[in-house]
Amino acid sequence: MRFVDEYRDERIARGLLDEIARTVTRPWTIMEVCGGQTHTLIRQGIDQLLPPEIELVHGPGCPVCVTPLALIDEAIEIARRPGSILCSFGDMLRVPGSEEDLFISRAAGADVRVVYSPLDAVEVARRNPDRTVVFFAVGFETTAPANATAVKQAHDLGIENFALLVAHVLVPPAMTAILVSPGNRVQGFLAPGHVCTVMGWTEYEPIARDFRVPIVVTGFEPLDLLEGIRMVVGQLEEGRAEVENQYVRSVRREGNLEAQAVVAEVFEVCDRAWRGIGVIPNSGLRLREPYREHDAELIFPHEGGLASESEECIAGMVLRGRAKPDQCVAYGELCTPEHPLGAPMVSSEGACAAYFLAGRARAGVPR
Amino acid sequence: MCLGVPGKVIEVFEEHGLRMGTVDFGGIRRKACLEYAPEVGLDSYVVIHVGFAISVVDEEEAARQYALLAEMGNLEGIDLPQDPEGVRDEVRR
Repeated sequence: MRFVDEYRDERIARGLLDEIARTVTRPWTIMEVCGGQTHTLIRQGIDQLLPPEIELVHGPGCPVCVTPLALIDEAIEIARRPGSILCSFGDMLRVPGSEEDLFISRAAGADVRVVYSPLDAVEVARRNPDRTVVFFAVGFETTAPANATAVKQAHDLGIENFALLVAHVLVPPAMTAILVSPGNRVQGFLAPGHVCTVMGWTEYEPIARDFRVPIVVTGFEPLDLLEGIRMVVGQLEEGRAEVENQYVRSVRREGNLEAQAVVAEVFEVCDRAWRGIGVIPNSGLRLREPYREHDAELIFPHEGGLASESEECIAGMVLRGRAKPDQCVAYGELCTPEHPLGAPMVSSEGACAAYFLAGRARAGVPR
Repeated sequence: MCLGVPGKVIEVFEEHGLRMGTVDFGGIRRKACLEYAPEVGLDSYVVIHVGFAISVVDEEEAARQYALLAEMGNLEGIDLPQDPEGVRDEVRR
């Protein structure tokens, strides 16, 4: 497929790996923020092909992983109400809540529907005027224009039975939180190419400057990732700390202005809790007026008890880049994609699932 | 979640007040919202995320970058693969 296959060429990958090996003179720690990038890096074994000086640590860029447990519990509560329909992207269904996940709720009779696009959820609402249809709006900046457009469309067409349960998060505040955390080891970032396709990279310029970290906006195919790593290593070795763009075929400095405009019209920035990390100031989005009448949290005030996490799970450490999935005692035995203890084992973007699906053994344990 | 797949616009139309299109991903066709790719026309490539075009692929930049990459791989006479097989990988992901 065009713009896909050519970025998977093995011979070019070798050329990039050789170039990285020629450039590197000492150890560097680089974080890829996006979980989709983590999956490609681990599936292709790129982390194991790099020179030993370069360590990749995996970032928090997995929206279903960082959606707070209390919000998962709330989604389950909404799904179980008679008269409501919960629509969601498929990834959310197996994310463990305090007592069950949405998959179990659906098996027990709750109306939970997987949709491909938030506009599909608006269509469900249009066809079911006597039910309240709630879309679980999870995602980073990439997904915000789509979710904003769904609410705006429902609002404009007078579809009053459509609501969003909003769990939107933003990348730059999370990167800053990682950089200021005690014992941070991250010296350079691969920034997420599709978040930057929407937002551009101007927000990253003060981070690169103030923290003296190179940031390279990077795509998702193996050659994109290798070139992004080469560019970060090049900056580190030269003592530069700038924002550079590897993903030139999709990202422009100012981003997608039309998409940014609809997000600004429908959402406003708020503080948000990240599962496993805690509250990060100004790191999320919520609906603003006049769209708040479509806010599921206002329509269905949460009645749930105290949210409780698994005791063995180290998802919080994994999401902050402080531990690798294979260092967890539960990895691969107590915790698998079929029976996950924590959200990173569920998603197609979770780091634990990436390790498991690539057949990685628990550290020190043959598999 | 931030998965974006490049596809070719083969039809443009309006639906419920939104600019929509049909996008071909190496043989698989899906409806997508084109509101945020206002400049896009037929035969352009767009990056699709959850049913929305988030960018128009800059084919010139892509060609320039690919030429540089190919040089690094010490390759001569690169042919861009047109094989639609890659779509299977995308659907699996």
